[in-house]
Amino acid sequence: MTSSIATHLPAAVAMASAPASADGFLALAWLLVALPLAGSAILLLAGRRADPWGHWLGVFASAASFVVGLVMLIVVLGRGSGDRVVDLRLFRWLPAGHLNVDVGLRIDPLSLTFVLLVTFVGTLIHVYSVAYMEHDGDRRRFFAFLNLFVAAMLLLVLADSFLLLFVGWEGVGLVSYLLIGFWFQHTPNAVAAKKAFIANRIGDMGLLIALMIMFATYGAVDFSTVLGGAAGVSEGTLTAIGLMLLLAACGKSAQFPLQSWLGDAMAGPTPVSALIHAATMVTAGVYLVVRAGPIYEAAPTAQLVVVIVGAITLLFGAVIGCAKDDIKKALAASTMSQIGYMFLAAGLGPIGYAFAIFQLVTHGFFKAGLFLGAGSVMHGMDEQVDMRNFGGLHRYMRITWITFGLGWLAILGVPPFSGFWSKDKIIEAAFVGEGWRPWVFGSVALLGAGLTAFYMSRVFFMTFHGEKRWNDGHSATPDTTIARSAVQHPHESPRLMTWPMIVLAAGSVALGGLLSIGGAFTSWLEPVTGGVEEHVPVLPVWLLITLTLGLVVAGLWLAWRQYSQAPVPVVAPAGSVLTRAARKDLYQDGVNDGLLVQPGQYLTRSLVYGDRAVIDGAVGGLGRVMVRLGEATRRWQTGYVRSYAATMTIGVVALVAVVLATQI
Amino acid sequence: MSLTNYLVLASILFAIGATTVLLRRNAIVVFMGVELMLNAANLMLVTFARIHGDLSGQVMAFFVMVVAAAEVVIGLAIIVQIFRTRRSASVDDVNLLKS
Repeated sequence: MTSSIATHLPAAVAMASAPASADGFLALAWLLVALPLAGSAILLLAGRRADPWGHWLGVFASAASFVVGLVMLIVVLGRGSGDRVVDLRLFRWLPAGHLNVDVGLRIDPLSLTFVLLVTFVGTLIHVYSVAYMEHDGDRRRFFAFLNLFVAAMLLLVLADSFLLLFVGWEGVGLVSYLLIGFWFQHTPNAVAAKKAFIANRIGDMGLLIALMIMFATYGAVDFSTVLGGAAGVSEGTLTAIGLMLLLAACGKSAQFPLQSWLGDAMAGPTPVSALIHAATMVTAGVYLVVRAGPIYEAAPTAQLVVVIVGAITLLFGAVIGCAKDDIKKALAASTMSQIGYMFLAAGLGPIGYAFAIFQLVTHGFFKAGLFLGAGSVMHGMDEQVDMRNFGGLHRYMRITWITFGLGWLAILGVPPFSGFWSKDKIIEAAFVGEGWRPWVFGSVALLGAGLTAFYMSRVFFMTFHGEKRWNDGHSATPDTTIARSAVQHPHESPRLMTWPMIVLAAGSVALGGLLSIGGAFTSWLEPVTGGVEEHVPVLPVWLLITLTLGLVVAGLWLAWRQYSQAPVPVVAPAGSVLTRAARKDLYQDGVNDGLLVQPGQYLTRSLVYGDRAVIDGAVGGLGRVMVRLGEATRRWQTGYVRSYAATMTIGVVALVAVVLATQI
Repeated sequence: MSLTNYLVLASILFAIGATTVLLRRNAIVVFMGVELMLNAANLMLVTFARIHGDLSGQVMAFFVMVVAAAEVVIGLAIIVQIFRTRRSASVDDVNLLKS
C-alpha cells in the first residue's frame, strides 16, 4: 500500500512518509519545548519572589532552548540529506477507539529552521526586553508570557500531527492575547487583545474543521498519514481541507479577510510586536501552508486561493502602510504585506515553498530589527508613536538609526541585503507559469516591491531625517511645525537594547546572501519541500531584477522627496480619498462591522427578543394559567370538614350510580 | 321477615347517619352519625351472611366493631383536646387547613 502510493508521489512526500526514528541527541528534542515551559511555570508560580531575577531566568530558558536547537542543527547537518526527517514519539496521548494520537515531535529541516529562528530572535528580544521593560512593575509576568510563547511556538512547529500542532497554535494565540493586553489597565489595549483573540478564533475554527475532515477521511491526523495519503483522496475533500487550513492560516497570519486585528495588536509592548506580531507567530500560517504542501498540490483550487489571498493582502498591507502615521502600525501593515508575499510564494507550489520560508527567515530578522528600532525610538521619545512628531532623530540615536537603516535596506530588497535574495526570488517565481496567472501575480509582486520601498522609506525618513518636529525646549517661538508636546530629550537606548538590534541588523545585512550561496537554503529544505526544478519566468530574469530595482528606487526617491526634503506637516493633512481610506485600514473595521458585527448583534438581539417573547412567554404563560386555575379551584377548599364529607358522599353516590347504571 | 325489610332499615339508618354527619356542627353528634353509618353497614353485613349461610359477613361485622371502638377512643380523645383548647366542639371552627 505504502509503496504503491509512494511511486506516484514526488520524492519529498515519499521521504516524509517514512521518517527515521530519533536516536542520540535528537531524542532530547522535547527539551526545546520543556525548557521555556518550565521557565514560564517557575516565573508564574514563584510570584513576587521571582521579581529580582525572573527576567534573567526567562532569558536563560530561551537561550538554553536555542543552544539545544543549535546542537540539533549540527547533528542533523551531519546526516545525509535523505534521512534528515526524524520522528520522535514521546507517548500515547489520546487512545480513543480508531483515533490514536501520539505526542510526537518531527525534526526536519523545516521545523529546525523555525526552531532556530524562534529561539534566536526570541532570545535577542528577551535580552532587549530586560531593558525595555525595566520600569514596568510586571516585568516578571511579561517574561513568563514570553517564555510560554517560545514553548508554544516550538510545540507548534515541532508537532508531528495536526492535533498537536493545534495545541501549539492555540497556545501562541493565547499568549498573543495575553501580551497584546499586557497593559490591560488601559481599556483600548484590552479591546485590541479581544479583537485579536476573536479574529484568531475564526481561523481556529477552520483548523478544527480541517482536523475533523482529516479524521473522517484518513482516520488519523498525523503528518505521515495525512500528507502521505493525499494522493488517494478525492480532490473535493482535499480542497475542503486546504481551504479550511487556509482559513486558519489567514486568522493567525493576519491575511485578508481576517487581517484587521494586526494593526490593533500593536497595543502590546514593542518587544511583543517584534517577536510575536512580526517575526514568528504571524508567520505560523505560512508554516501551515508549506507543511500541508502535498494537500495543496493535489487541490489546485485551494492553491490558487492561497495565491490570491497572498496577492490581495500584499497590496492591502502596502497601501495601508503608505498612510499610517503611527510608526508601529506602519510596520504592522508592512508585516501584513510581507506575509502576503510569503503566502503568494507558498501558493505557487514546490517552486515557491523554499522561497516563502526563506523570505520568512530573512523577514524575521529585519522586521524584528525594525520593530526593536521603533521600540528604541519610542523609548527615547517618551513612548511617542506618531512619526509626524519625530524627525531628525539620526543625530540623537546613532545606533538605532544605523540598525534601523540596515533593516530598511533589507526590506526594500536592495542588493546585497537579505531581503533582496528572498523577495527577488519570489517575484521571479510569481512570473512562472502559463496563461494569465504569471502576469497578474507577477505584476502584483512587482508593484508590491515599489510600494514597500515607498512606505518603508517614508517611515525611515519621517523618523530619522528631515526637520525635527518635536519640542527640544530651545526654540524661541514655538511655531506650528513643532509639536506642542512636552519637551523631549531623545537619547540612545541602553546597551541591552542596542546589542540585540545590532545582531539583528547584521542578520539583515548578511543572512540572505550567506544562505543563498550555492542555493544552500533551498537544498537544505529539499527533504520537506521537494526539489525545485528550474523554471523559466515569462520575462527574462535580468529584466525582472531591473524592473524591481527600478520600482524600488522610484519608491525610495518619492518618499525621500516628500518626507526628507519637503517639510512634513505635524498635523496630518486631509489627504486624498485613498489616503483617508488607508488611514482607516481600507475600512476593514467598517466592513467587518457592517457585514459581521452588526448582523451578529441584530441576530442576538432578535434572539433575545424571541427568547423573551416566545420561550419566556410560553413558560410564563403556563405558570400564569396554573395560578389562575389554582385561584379558581381553591374556592372549593372551604376548610369545613362537613363540606369535604359532603363532597365525598356525593362522589361515592355518583360512583355507585355509575357502576349500577352500567350493570343494568 | 323478608330481606327487603332489613335492607330498607339499614339504608334508613345509613341515611340518617350520613345526614347527621353532613348537617350537624357538634363534633360529638357528628361522631354519633358516623357510628350510626357503621352500624347500618354492620346490619347489612349480618343480613347477607344470614341469607347466604356464610359466616364471613358476620366476621366482617366484628372487624367493623373493633375498628369502630378504636376509632371512638381516638376520635373522642381528639375532640376532648380540641374542646379544651378552643372551648368549642363545633366542627366548623376547626378550619385551620384553609388559609
